[in-house]
Amino acid sequence: MTGSLESRVLALLTEVAPDVDAALVLPDVDFREQFDFDSMDVYNFAVAIHRALGIDVPERDYRELSSLSRCVAYLERARIARTSSSST
Amino acid sequence: MSRELRLPSLGADMDAGTLVEWRVRPGSRVRKGEVMALVETDKGIIDLECFEDSTVERLLVEPGTRVAVGTALALLAGEAAPATQVGSGAEVTAPAVRASPAARVRARVLGVALEGLAGTGLGGAVTLEDVERVARTAAAVPVAGKAAGLRAAIAAAMSRSKREIPHYYVQLTIDFGPAAAWLGAYNAHRPPLERLLPAVLLLKATATAAREFPAFNGFYTAQGFESAAVVNLGVAIALRGGGVVAPALLDADRKPLAQLMPELQGLVERARRGHLRSGEAASATLTVTSLGEEGADAVLPVIHPPQVAMIGFGSVLERPWVVDGRIEVRPVLGASLAADHRVTDGRQGAQFLARIRDGLSKPEAL
Repeated sequence: MTGSLESRVLALLTEVAPDVDAALVLPDVDFREQFDFDSMDVYNFAVAIHRALGIDVPERDYRELSSLSRCVAYLERARIARTSSSST
Repeated sequence: MSRELRLPSLGADMDAGTLVEWRVRPGSRVRKGEVMALVETDKGIIDLECFEDSTVERLLVEPGTRVAVGTALALLAGEAAPATQVGSGAEVTAPAVRASPAARVRARVLGVALEGLAGTGLGGAVTLEDVERVARTAAAVPVAGKAAGLRAAIAAAMSRSKREIPHYYVQLTIDFGPAAAWLGAYNAHRPPLERLLPAVLLLKATATAAREFPAFNGFYTAQGFESAAVVNLGVAIALRGGGVVAPALLDADRKPLAQLMPELQGLVERARRGHLRSGEAASATLTVTSLGEEGADAVLPVIHPPQVAMIGFGSVLERPWVVDGRIEVRPVLGASLAADHRVTDGRQGAQFLARIRDGLSKPEAL
């Protein structure tokens, strides 16, 4: 499950920043350090996540989108939280 | 009655471009704003837009050809006005070019436009040598690597700026607390797509202030300074892997924040893809650079000629701030103005910055 989420996040990442090579993304290094991610990239990334995964990341949680592993862990938690809240 | 579609100058130091592709054919009817051709410049590929409705009679230049600025690219039938115009910036009327009679004759023969050409003669007049140099450059220079071409364009524009423009600087630290609080509340109950970035507030506050301080918004040419009738706000956009371009948000002072945000998003996207539109590539009347989250207190900009001012914003940082005699922690923003001393003085500059600060203190009114 995490594996497929990671590949979907990577696809969204390269959609936002087409010049990024998905195969070379280091999972634990900040996107800003790896490929000059700026606030507009984070904005586009949050919009893409909302559109493709249906997860509305609030602005105060944008720092959770700062690296691949952090982002995947956060979205995994958000997905579980949503599933459990919708089943109750 | 037919007239010529000429290659416009799409940057302060652009003297030539390569026609990459035609998007129209003889007989095509083109509407205002429609893309007629793709032109490669130092800033990447530019979509050459049609300025008014017309019909294409004949295409004069083959794709792959490098041509000088001013070269006729196609013959059009339609209204009597010129077919392309560089954004609304062209509302500032171009002054008559000073050139020697020999230069004018040679320019006609070689198809070199005198407009925008930096003359080396007396009083900046264009000489015969200037015309021949441009014609040679246009014919001989191959399309350079994108990054190298952009670096060369930045070098040329910034060198000219430091050579010709007597810069002065004014700085002001702004309490960003009200703007940050307003923005947080605005974004909290909106989906990601409808949220605003702080940069949009900075741009709108600057554009609104520029309308009230026309001496910082316009172009300085051989005829002196002329303020622009519109505020086309240039936005310095850093490209991944280096380089910066500064295309314009047209009429930024008149658009609501909710409209500026998607326009800024589109502008950044086109700039990074290397696919700007001719109307936005070189029409800025005043430019803003914002360091975002890089962590620097302030930036002292270099004015982009022929503009006469540039605003720089540092990062929003938490700093001690005195409120009613007590020290509080506040998000603060270092704002800087670089301006042309041939046009304004420090006192006006300080007033201009203060006006931007006032705008940011009432973000709900922006």
